[in-house]
Amino acid sequence: MTCQELADFIIDYVDGTLPDDERATFEKHLAMCPSCIAYIKSYRTCQRVLDDLGCEAKDEVPCEVPEELIEAILKARKASK
Amino acid sequence: MSEEALLERLRAGDDDAYAEFVRDNSPRMLAVARRLLRNEEDARDAVQEGFLSAFKALERFAGGSKLSTWLHRIVVNAALMKLRTKKRKPERSIEDLLPGYKEDGHPQEFFEAWHETGEDAASREEERSLVRKQIDELPDNYRNVLLLRDIEGIDTGETAALLGLTPGAVKTRLHRARLALRQLLDPYFREVNHG
Repeated sequence: MTCQELADFIIDYVDGTLPDDERATFEKHLAMCPSCIAYIKSYRTCQRVLDDLGCEAKDEVPCEVPEELIEAILKARKASK
Repeated sequence: MSEEALLERLRAGDDDAYAEFVRDNSPRMLAVARRLLRNEEDARDAVQEGFLSAFKALERFAGGSKLSTWLHRIVVNAALMKLRTKKRKPERSIEDLLPGYKEDGHPQEFFEAWHETGEDAASREEERSLVRKQIDELPDNYRNVLLLRDIEGIDTGETAALLGLTPGAVKTRLHRARLALRQLLDPYFREVNHG
């Protein structure tokens, strides 16, 4: 496996969906390639921040909604009845 | 009020129930629309269109999910429809954002380790802010997939349906979007490492 091929499989590796034999080939390359170790660590950091953003979106402190937007929605509902 | 009771009141046309439904859900819906559209006026329009579509479809709501989850998908759809009608700004090709490799499969530049970021709230917020900014540098077709899958938490099948893509295409775009985002972040994380 080359560094480029490793990058092709990284999403499945990180998501844990890479079949066992391909995972073994992937890890064999990783064991002898410091550049790919750095690459996969940085990819995981990126995913960790994306997960944080996902949690933030789910639990976010409610943003202020302009009263005119709420009124416009309710008014449009009545108009469309 | 329970979800069933609220649904019953909405279906009966109770004005107070509609006001409560809009007030309770509009903050999250506006936040979602802002993330997708990056324009306040468009985001407000998408939220309004989403709520009105949901009101019309209430009779067909089968109760397979929470009302708020169902509404979230409708607002996401309204925002995506709005995005499709907007004139796109010139954007970089995804190929330009992916790492380059030599013919033998080695990277054109070896990858370097990123610095470890602090665990404190300020460092984490700085990190999130940087990532949000770089997500916006992705071409729209890739940015939308990344937002729907990784931020909004919508699964591959539903993302595919919302975007009119096959699940395979969603997976490929997500893969490339993540690689491109990592590449966009590389100078920032390495810079601090060297600093």
